[in-house]
Amino acid sequence: MRRRLFRDDAVVLRVQKLGEADHIVSMIGRRHGRMRAVAKGVRKTTSKFGARLEPFGHIDLQLVEGRNLHIVSQVEGIDLYGRRIAEDYAAYTAASAISETAERLTPIEGEPSLRLFQLTLGALRVLADREHPPALILDSYMLRGMHDAGWAPILVACAICGLKGDHRAFSIPAGGCVCRDCRPAGSAHPSPSALELMRALAVGDWKRAKDSVVGVRKEASGLIAAHLQWHLERDLRSLSYVERS
Amino acid sequence: MYEGALADLIEELGRLPGIGPKGAQRIAFHILSADTHDIDKLADALKRVKQLVRVCEICFNVSEEDRCRICRDPRRTDENICVVEESKDVIAVERTGEFRGRYHVLGGAINPLEGIGPDNLRIRELMTRLQAGETKELILATDPNTEGEATATYLALLVKPMGITVSRLASGLPVGGDLEYADEITLGRAFEGRRVLD
Ligand SMILES: [Zn+2]
Ligand SMILES: [Zn+2]
Repeated sequence: MRRRLFRDDAVVLRVQKLGEADHIVSMIGRRHGRMRAVAKGVRKTTSKFGARLEPFGHIDLQLVEGRNLHIVSQVEGIDLYGRRIAEDYAAYTAASAISETAERLTPIEGEPSLRLFQLTLGALRVLADREHPPALILDSYMLRGMHDAGWAPILVACAICGLKGDHRAFSIPAGGCVCRDCRPAGSAHPSPSALELMRALAVGDWKRAKDSVVGVRKEASGLIAAHLQWHLERDLRSLSYVERS
Repeated sequence: MYEGALADLIEELGRLPGIGPKGAQRIAFHILSADTHDIDKLADALKRVKQLVRVCEICFNVSEEDRCRICRDPRRTDENICVVEESKDVIAVERTGEFRGRYHVLGGAINPLEGIGPDNLRIRELMTRLQAGETKELILATDPNTEGEATATYLALLVKPMGITVSRLASGLPVGGDLEYADEITLGRAFEGRRVLD
């Protein structure tokens, strides 16, 4: 049986060693969603092939379809962000957490997810360009990624009764901010500035987000991570390594 | 298929890196038909390597003594320390003949996606070595890939405030490749042309 060749542009999320000389490349494609492919011989060769398949790069590639793993047959770099990201340690740790989040938000391989592809590409680009503090880029990415998945924390109304307003209590199981009347036992009471920061990050209001102080950022990122991991029903391994200074 | 001792051997061989089910079968039958004396030597070598080889208490390179050959060599000093990910990389740098200092083997690179952070590598031990005050230059020879670069970035941030010169191998090494596979001429050039990180 002849195997189908197909082409897509993709963001490399993770690269793992396979055998003596190969890599398994995990990526999210514009049209094909999350996919995994074998890149043969990249660790031994002197060609540019390996450099193009490094984590966090935006690439254009041709793949041979496989049942479990595709095979990379050609690859061109569009924007290889890996090197610039690796030169900034905080950006590197944030990019790792973004990659893991992207993988978890796309549980089924081959299922198209254009919004998440665009979101991931955009986040890695601003990380490489040092546009905003890396940890804020990560938190904003998580909020928007959850939004696309349909379970972003509700921040401008009560998650239970729908009453509009900036409510003070926050309940992860309820789905976000909750009003006085609805708030379940065990709700958190974050500082108003932390919720304010989350609202700014959710809509990409960087000016307002960057006005926040370190303590508030930590509080907000704690809530965002807890919300994400509760819905994923698992912890993200890379989160504990994120540099937040 | 096979059973008993032969099946066990094929299974064990199949766990080794780079050996697939067919290769495992081929090696198993080779062992079966080989001279008993040769196989005793092989079995003995396997046992001895686990009994005798450990890591150097200073640089974490493989060694049969508490301190490895390079750390014991009085002609070499801690004035220049070359940081690598694995013991295999020590061999690669030694082959270039460019380096007369000592090494520090990290045991990998920082990779949050695989759950490897700075605390999982021998970075604290490196800092202790540097605090002795003998080192003038730290050469970061981590792999030329994203994880290796990020690890170099992290170490440079940590070490530069100590007043030690920190340098990174010159570009020219195949990005995405493993350091151990670089030929000695390319690696030697990268070593010679290393740039100081500022
Ligand atoms: Zn309510
Ligand atoms: Zn040693």
